[in-house]
Amino acid sequence: MFNETINTIMVGVGGQGIILASEVLSEVALLAGYDVSKSEVHGMAQRGGSVSSHVRFGETVRSPLIERGQADFMLAFEKVEGLRTCDMLKENATIIMNDTEIVPTTVSLGIGEYPTDVTDRLTGMGFNLVLVDAIDLAIKAGTFKAANVVLLATLASFLKIEKDMWIEVIKRRVPQKFLDINLNAFALGYEASNT
Amino acid sequence: MSIARKLMTGDEAVARGAWEAGVKVAAAYPGTPSTEILENIALYDEIYAEWSPNEKVALEVAGNAAIAGVRAIASMKHVGLNVAADPFMTLAYTGIGRGLVVACADDPGMHSSQNEQDNRYYAKLAKVPMLEPSNSQEALDMTKEAFKISEDYDTPVLIVLTTRVCHGKNPVTLSDREEVETKEFIRNTAKYVMVPGHARKRHVIVEERAEKLKELSEKSIYNRIIKGNGKIGIISSGVASQYAMEVMPDADFLLLGMTYPLPEKLIGKFANSVEKLYVVEELEPYLEEQIKAFGIEVIGKDVFPRCGELNPELIRNGLTGTEISATRIPEDVFIPSRPPVLCPGCPHRGFFHIVNKNKLFVTGDIGCYTLSVLPPLTSMDTCICMGASISGAIGFAKAFEGQPGKKVVAVLGDSTFMHSGLTGLMDTVYNKANVITCVLDNRTTAMTGHQEHPGTGFTVKGEPTHSVDIAAVAKALGVKYVYEVDPYNLDETNKAVKACLKINAPSVIVAKRACALKCRNQDFALSVIDQAECKKCGACLKIGCPAIIKKGDVIMVDKGMCYGCGICRQVCPFGAINAVE
Repeated sequence: MFNETINTIMVGVGGQGIILASEVLSEVALLAGYDVSKSEVHGMAQRGGSVSSHVRFGETVRSPLIERGQADFMLAFEKVEGLRTCDMLKENATIIMNDTEIVPTTVSLGIGEYPTDVTDRLTGMGFNLVLVDAIDLAIKAGTFKAANVVLLATLASFLKIEKDMWIEVIKRRVPQKFLDINLNAFALGYEASNT
Repeated sequence: MSIARKLMTGDEAVARGAWEAGVKVAAAYPGTPSTEILENIALYDEIYAEWSPNEKVALEVAGNAAIAGVRAIASMKHVGLNVAADPFMTLAYTGIGRGLVVACADDPGMHSSQNEQDNRYYAKLAKVPMLEPSNSQEALDMTKEAFKISEDYDTPVLIVLTTRVCHGKNPVTLSDREEVETKEFIRNTAKYVMVPGHARKRHVIVEERAEKLKELSEKSIYNRIIKGNGKIGIISSGVASQYAMEVMPDADFLLLGMTYPLPEKLIGKFANSVEKLYVVEELEPYLEEQIKAFGIEVIGKDVFPRCGELNPELIRNGLTGTEISATRIPEDVFIPSRPPVLCPGCPHRGFFHIVNKNKLFVTGDIGCYTLSVLPPLTSMDTCICMGASISGAIGFAKAFEGQPGKKVVAVLGDSTFMHSGLTGLMDTVYNKANVITCVLDNRTTAMTGHQEHPGTGFTVKGEPTHSVDIAAVAKALGVKYVYEVDPYNLDETNKAVKACLKINAPSVIVAKRACALKCRNQDFALSVIDQAECKKCGACLKIGCPAIIKKGDVIMVDKGMCYGCGICRQVCPFGAINAVE
């Protein structure tokens, strides 16, 4: 068990499956006996815009929001979204980053360029960056749509919660016909930080 | 069987609380962040639930169900209570038969709203008791408590939630449902028919009730002191109290869950027990003003912001006067913004392309289509509140009289039309306003997550029902020129707009095409840009489709994102965008 509250921020683009990922993490933490509080915004924020979800678990958790500079982990579903929210992280925090770039319409309209050095910058700032080709691994598992489960599994490999609990919650949350694909995706993601 | 602990959002918890409290009738109009209250209530077989056309109707349905003898709840977002303010103010006079609860959700920070009004003032205005939950467990417990207060004091009860409570998820303990016997309705005109002579007497009762409620607030379990080291005392309510308790674990707290009326004696006692007193609350100084009026010195909005939502950092800054040291986002790199956009395949896109082509003034409304205000479409001139597009266009048209060439179109969605477009449309006919009303009929309430409405043909429980025909309604109201078009067909849409521009009378265009998010897998042919033919003019980029991407010098269609609506193929002046066979 962790003695202190663990703060995880998930960031990305609306439609990438962030809410499901944060739901699974929250339920796993509850199953492991922690108090949990999570927060995100629904509605207008989801129409392809930047989205984030805060998940906090520990002995007693009150605030549903992580204080700036206090996140232990970041799950970045898209690269520039990770850079945009890096001020939420503690020094030496771990970033699990999906190696993918989604070009915002603002860039297509010529309002600036998509930055090319996101990963170098984050490593340079002292963060522990784990780059995961989640889409590739998800395709190996059966569908690119399971990329969120791949990323979640990589996060799981850093958390001191039994693997079985993750499997149990995934079984609860995922429809039967997609279960095998998602379990494969989880297995591949769990090993991703070791490769 | 009750489950020990379950993760729930505040909205789910209100729904569960209503179910456990034996509620029989629930009504709402969707609005972020309150939508999921009714969506979850609708899952319980024991409760009649309805999406009402608007919040006023919802509160009148729920309010009168309560008068007629069953527990009832109406839910809405903060601005929804503006729409429902009329019945709310007078239901406070009539009181109820069985319990009536109004759950409204404020949106500090305006994540999905047009203003950030603080609805706690409505409780004070109507003299209706108010509860403010700070997490999901309280949302459940307070909903049940609200029904008890409602019946004990013969009054509606207001529950004010905020975005972080509504959409925050934390563990709750569940109980079983308590069946509440229906109370027989007996005619009582002095209580329920608010003619002046009756209402004058009821007002006196409202004032007497408010005095009695003060005593309840003093002893409420939701107004409680948590002892600290006696130095700093913090009075707080709602989710702000959760932030404050985490930031200042050693402080003394007076947590206020029942915030109208306020417990003056308890606040006085708490103030005397600490050296320095703060009030931490989101948005307006609702508590602060009243505490100061009690003659108690307190620090509040001098150190905490009045605009936007609070968070732990803002509270820490306000209480300690020191900035936290966190990693800064690098300033020497351009981080492109990523605002919300109309989805690939959104039928609104084609319509706004035509509006821009015809250089029209647009009075807009509330829905996904409001996103057309952003570049590159940038095709909206006003957006005020639900329904304001049509009546707003009448204002524009009357102001533009004598200025040839200035033509205004009102643009609103199908759900918004049902909510409050009908009266405006009637006014265009009645008062002869030269207005083109465009109903972007995507067959759903899209922005809030695809809820049914009177035009979709289904109820909230999924039962088939009559579907209101917008074109027929317009004709019945007296509109002579009514066009129905497919907004995926730009030529057809343009012809209808041109025809309306020639008419010197009210007209209606119904642009009918289902929301792309609701109808996935349509098997439409996707688009591809023939790079040999592409002249890089950027015309396709001006429709703002997220599936059309410019990388360096190359413009291409992202196959994974393309929906196949075909609008880009129609706007390319060089025929360089083709359908994939």
